[in-house]
Amino acid sequence: MIISAIQVLLALLLAPALLSIIRIVKAFFGGRHGPTLLQPYRDLWKLARKAPVYSRTTSWVFRASPSVTLGAVLAALAVLPLCGVPGPLAFSGDFIFLAYAFGLVRFFTVAAALDTGSPFEGMGASREVQFSALAEVALFSCLIALAILSSSMSLSTMLDHSWAAAGNMRGEGVLILVAAALMLVLLAENARIPVDDPTTHLELTMIHEVMILDHCGLDLAMIEYASALKLWIWSAIVISVALPMRTGDAAFDIVAGVCGVFVIGILIGVIESIMARLKLLKVPQLLVVAMVLGLLAVGLGLR
Amino acid sequence: MVLFGASLVVLFVSGIAAMLNSGRHPGRAAILGVSGAVTGAALAIASAVPVLAGAPSWQAWTLWQTPLGPMNIALDQLSAIFAILISTVTALAAIYGRGYLSGHGTDPRAAGRSWCWFNLLLASMLLVVFAADGLTFLIGWESMSLASFFLVLFDHEHPGVTRAGWIYLITTHIGAAFLFVMFMLAGNGTSLDFFSINVAGNLRADQTLANTIFLLALAGFGTKAGLVPTHIWLPEAHPAAPSHVSAVMSGVMIKTGIYGLFRIISMIGAPPLWWGWTLVVIGSASGILGVLFALAQHDLKRLLAYHSIENIGIIVLGMGIGLVGSATGNHLVAMLGYAGAILHTLNHGVFKSLLFMGAGSVIHATGSRDIDRLGGLMKRMPVTGATFLTGAAAISGLPGLNGFMSEFLIYAGAFMLIVSGGAIWAGVVTALSLAIIGGLALACFTKAAGAVFLGEPRGPAPANATESPRAMLGPMITLAVFCVGLALGAPWLAKMAGTATGMAATAASFPDSLQVFNLLADITVATVLLVLLVLAAALLRSHVLKGRASTVSPTWDCGYAAASPRVQYSASSFADPIVRMFRIVLRTRRHVQAPEGFFPTAASLETHTDDVLMARVFEPAARGVTRLASLVSRLQQGSTHLYLMYIFVTIIILMIWNLR
Repeated sequence: MIISAIQVLLALLLAPALLSIIRIVKAFFGGRHGPTLLQPYRDLWKLARKAPVYSRTTSWVFRASPSVTLGAVLAALAVLPLCGVPGPLAFSGDFIFLAYAFGLVRFFTVAAALDTGSPFEGMGASREVQFSALAEVALFSCLIALAILSSSMSLSTMLDHSWAAAGNMRGEGVLILVAAALMLVLLAENARIPVDDPTTHLELTMIHEVMILDHCGLDLAMIEYASALKLWIWSAIVISVALPMRTGDAAFDIVAGVCGVFVIGILIGVIESIMARLKLLKVPQLLVVAMVLGLLAVGLGLR
Repeated sequence: MVLFGASLVVLFVSGIAAMLNSGRHPGRAAILGVSGAVTGAALAIASAVPVLAGAPSWQAWTLWQTPLGPMNIALDQLSAIFAILISTVTALAAIYGRGYLSGHGTDPRAAGRSWCWFNLLLASMLLVVFAADGLTFLIGWESMSLASFFLVLFDHEHPGVTRAGWIYLITTHIGAAFLFVMFMLAGNGTSLDFFSINVAGNLRADQTLANTIFLLALAGFGTKAGLVPTHIWLPEAHPAAPSHVSAVMSGVMIKTGIYGLFRIISMIGAPPLWWGWTLVVIGSASGILGVLFALAQHDLKRLLAYHSIENIGIIVLGMGIGLVGSATGNHLVAMLGYAGAILHTLNHGVFKSLLFMGAGSVIHATGSRDIDRLGGLMKRMPVTGATFLTGAAAISGLPGLNGFMSEFLIYAGAFMLIVSGGAIWAGVVTALSLAIIGGLALACFTKAAGAVFLGEPRGPAPANATESPRAMLGPMITLAVFCVGLALGAPWLAKMAGTATGMAATAASFPDSLQVFNLLADITVATVLLVLLVLAAALLRSHVLKGRASTVSPTWDCGYAAASPRVQYSASSFADPIVRMFRIVLRTRRHVQAPEGFFPTAASLETHTDDVLMARVFEPAARGVTRLASLVSRLQQGSTHLYLMYIFVTIIILMIWNLR
């Protein structure tokens, strides 16, 4: 229990650092000096102190959205395992809770975007619901494959790999497919290249950034922090699938897990550096690929 | 028993009294109708609650000796759950309807008369769930169809309403025909007592008979419930009816189909695996097609009607998982599936009636059902907006509200099936269908709630809208509170629903009810944690922001300061990427007049999404039937000589037949 709490604390503390790792990797590829590791913390602090500006079109939905976003992501963190260390609140069916907590975040983010009455934000919201509907199917096919492998209904036992018999080739095949599919879902759900570009500056081309265009100050800080946590959660899930070694020593596992999350950060940085964004019309195809990988994993797991 | 009898009497008497008073005292008719509906509902609830709380079920109690056999009523836990749902929602809809009809702009005498049909609808729905035999059931069933038919025709002078009414009447009677055959087969020539063990014994011995009855029940009850492919009446009739009637029809009346399916399945005993598969496939088709067609709609009430099809699909997915669990001997899976189906029935009854009332409130205030012409109503109608948003979040299955709990149970049943082996693919199909439905439902309800209530009003009607009267808001607030309450009470409700259907559906004892309870207790704890964290974040936010001056400015417009509300993203544009993605199924027709030249003037875009089954299967089939029928009409020319000849020819044929 204590070790699970430490795991959550580490996520709360280190999630913004994951963002700076991605930026540092991208700066390295671009031949620039990147920001320091602490830059996202400074940004959050700066935003949190600003006085708010609200659009006169907006209603309470717009003001409620940051709190719902942060609260739901924090609740999702409570069921997150990291490389064998279970989440503090792990229970049977917790992955459904995790997926739907993110659904709640999406509902309010989209509603807040539509609340501004801005055509750009409506456009981003429309893309968001389309892509996430596809990503959800891919996510659930991955979860089904993991459930088949592990005979378990909790994310924490699914990902502790205690079920893995030595030399189970089928299991490894499933894990590779699931890890690949989840990586694609991660890129889509966290607004990363090739699906969305978090650093773009043209409203017409954005997805996640444009939906939060009118948020500022503390609200924006809450949303940015929640996004960092969300990226951490996804990275932790992907690395827990992809890194099946468990020592049984919880302290060691946690360190390995955190390093693993940062490795995913480096991987995202590399992907963002060497790839261009896909055309928006091509994004569904990418997500269908993720879906097919997930379904292949289900088929392989059942064989 | 006495209470239920009193409830029927009150409903009948108040209905007739409303009808009699409607000519000279329309106001009094409405008061009589509403108070009768509320009193009748309260009496029915009072008779059902003790049974649900653990009092012994009533055995068959004869209401009336008819020439066709006795009409019996009985009450067990399954009936009690449905009776309470029906009474609660209908009573709230009656109170709401009083406010809705008073500003409806129609003849107050017609409004007074409609209360007669409304109270008869409630009485007949109660009769359906209290019925202890086939005869009583069918009498209730037919009165229910007729009463609701007259209610659908309330606005008969509006274009399309009469057509919708006829489509409803014809479809519902074709469905009823299946039920007549089913009850005759099941009753083996005599009237059918639901609780008689002999009938169940006969069915258990004869698998072919059991299969036939299952398929007939699926066709008959599926038509009422709105399952694909016989869902076609829902998107016609629900938008045509006045909103409080839509709330009753969509929230509870279609649930009598689910009740019927449960009742029949409970009588037939151990099901073969393919029954479960059939329900899983039909449920998944209904769920996915329902939500897809909902996405493509522009009419708020039509959108909600398609969502009823989607949610009935989810309920049937749960029943399918339950049947698969029973068939493979996996009692926990069976219980999760059945409990999820019952719970989702309750939840959908609550949030769908809430949403229809919200839509009615919008129509009441703006006179428009076109999503693309509304907007910005959250500020003008705060209560309607907040309750509609609650309903939208609940129907999207978001944690914290009731829809999530029942979907969680069905998910859990599917995953339990996957984990424990057996018919794994049924679990895979169910879980994936729920995932697809979940994502698309979220898209659809952010579209509906966003375009209607958020942003700027798209025209003078929504801009000048004011909040609806209290009679309408009270029921909506109550239902929104139920959305939260049913979420918190879900573990207990699921245990109850599990035992109710468990006893009825598989006649096996369920030690698993505790496991279901614990599963839901865990998710309730997580959900409560989520709500607390959200509240904590909100408190922290308001605490930090307390001293700061906030600035109000226009929405960021990229420097283009002359934007009008019309530049907002419309609901159609919002849904367009998904609609295009599924164009193979939806077959949306687009009429585009693109802007041309350097100084474009007029341009337009219209999209229509017809129901693909209605347009491609049922309308051609209906035309075929009409053509065949017109062939018969040639025989009937009105000429007496011709008829004499028919008689003569018939006699000759009969004589030859006799000589043979």
